[in-house]
Amino acid sequence: MLKVVEIDHLTIEYPDVKAIDDVSFTVNQGDFLGIIGPNGAGKSTLFASMLNLNTKYKGTIKFFGTDIRKSKNYLKEIGYVPQKPIFEKNFPATVNDVVKMGLQKESDENKIDEILQQLWIHELSERRIGELSGGQQQRVFIAKALVNNPKVLILDEPVTGIDQQSIDLFYSILKELNSKQNITIIWSSHDLDAVNKLANHVACLNRTLFFHGESDDFFENDELVKQYSEASMQEHMHHH
Amino acid sequence: MTFEIFTFSFMHRAIISGIAIAILCSVVGLFLVLRRYSLFGDAIAHSSFGGIALGLMAGIYPLWTAYGVSIISALIMTRIKDRFNISGDASIAVLLSSGIAVGLVIIGLSGGFTLDIFSFLFGSILLVSVNDTILILSLTGIILIVILLLYRQLLYSTFNEEQAKVSGVSVEKINYLIVFMAGITVVTSIQLVGVLLISALFVIPNVTAIMYGKGFKQTVIISMSFSIFSVVAGILVSYIFDITPAGTIVLFAIGIFACTMGIKSAGLLSRHN
Repeated sequence: MLKVVEIDHLTIEYPDVKAIDDVSFTVNQGDFLGIIGPNGAGKSTLFASMLNLNTKYKGTIKFFGTDIRKSKNYLKEIGYVPQKPIFEKNFPATVNDVVKMGLQKESDENKIDEILQQLWIHELSERRIGELSGGQQQRVFIAKALVNNPKVLILDEPVTGIDQQSIDLFYSILKELNSKQNITIIWSSHDLDAVNKLANHVACLNRTLFFHGESDDFFENDELVKQYSEASMQEHMHHH
Repeated sequence: MTFEIFTFSFMHRAIISGIAIAILCSVVGLFLVLRRYSLFGDAIAHSSFGGIALGLMAGIYPLWTAYGVSIISALIMTRIKDRFNISGDASIAVLLSSGIAVGLVIIGLSGGFTLDIFSFLFGSILLVSVNDTILILSLTGIILIVILLLYRQLLYSTFNEEQAKVSGVSVEKINYLIVFMAGITVVTSIQLVGVLLISALFVIPNVTAIMYGKGFKQTVIISMSFSIFSVVAGILVSYIFDITPAGTIVLFAIGIFACTMGIKSAGLLSRHN
């Protein structure tokens, strides 16, 4: 089995706190990994390091067997969908413009139409990005992430603030990308039910790695789920 | 007299240079406006004032020293802003006031304000020489080619820096390139509208065009059209009525902006606007 990501003894320290403490795990090709954890568990921090947005960490991160400190070429194989894409509301860019930004080679323009159709946003291609609903915008950002035929899709809590119908459509698209196109998916989420339904692997993060393994091993172990829920609840109370 | 003005060669040079500058300011300005950096052009223009004063004192052609001083100070300011995490508007204020301060001290040392200084402060498009026109056209051509070649990277890093970085765009280099191009554009445009009104050409046609255009390219074309119209109409009307070209050009741009606001208020622009 080809190892897509190998994270080895990753520690990320801020001046007053360890955001990630000695985390190690591996993601194989074709995995659909759901990363769950309460707010402040370090999910976004972990992604920032994996995407080379934060380079101040201890330990190693390898993509396709190569240390990401040595080569940034792996970024070409990755599609990234952020939690909530931030852009100027009046930015004069159409859906087509936004998807094209992700395109690394001009010659692949046919690919844009194909992906817009696949994600049910073909009719919106000439609309301005800022006038779409949250769910439609999220699909545009997935289209942008997919336009280079990535081997890995990384999604950071991608359904925050989106209506249920769009969420369902979004999940069915992810499932299809993973099962039919064999795209490895690394996805952080708060939604345990959705992770249970979609992911075949689970990583449970709360600064340290609480659990990593097959999805069934987690969800069929009531004790683990209870421990996780209690930890989340404590964190929730702490935040409020 | 109305048609006679088209026979003067100084008028040909003014209009050709004016159109080139209008195009340049629209394209470079749109990136600045969308990055919430609207006043950056103003700050570079004010720092170029220091460069102009330096050139006049040293007996060097003032625009050359203005290019040097404004590009270097804009790049240094961008570096300081990133390094020490200073906000964009504060860095603009520092750049703007230091340029004027340096300029005033140098002018004081070299005997006070002269006619030359006023022509740079308020523009002197009717006085552009053949060499100036060639320089303006060449710089416009070079900057437009650079923008066409790096179009995706420029647009992407303006849209969302983080996402652009993840897609492998060298965002930091692109940011410095935009500052560099803004520096060249500002100093090149000084002859048209002067130091004091440059940000008008960077900002007004672009904020107007954003209300009409759907996509990026469409917005650039609309902005260029408004800008070219304002510049050409401004030059001609100011000549006919013997008033200042810089002020007239900017008033035409403001007029289009005001009409657009009127159209928008009447609900005649589509939903995205």
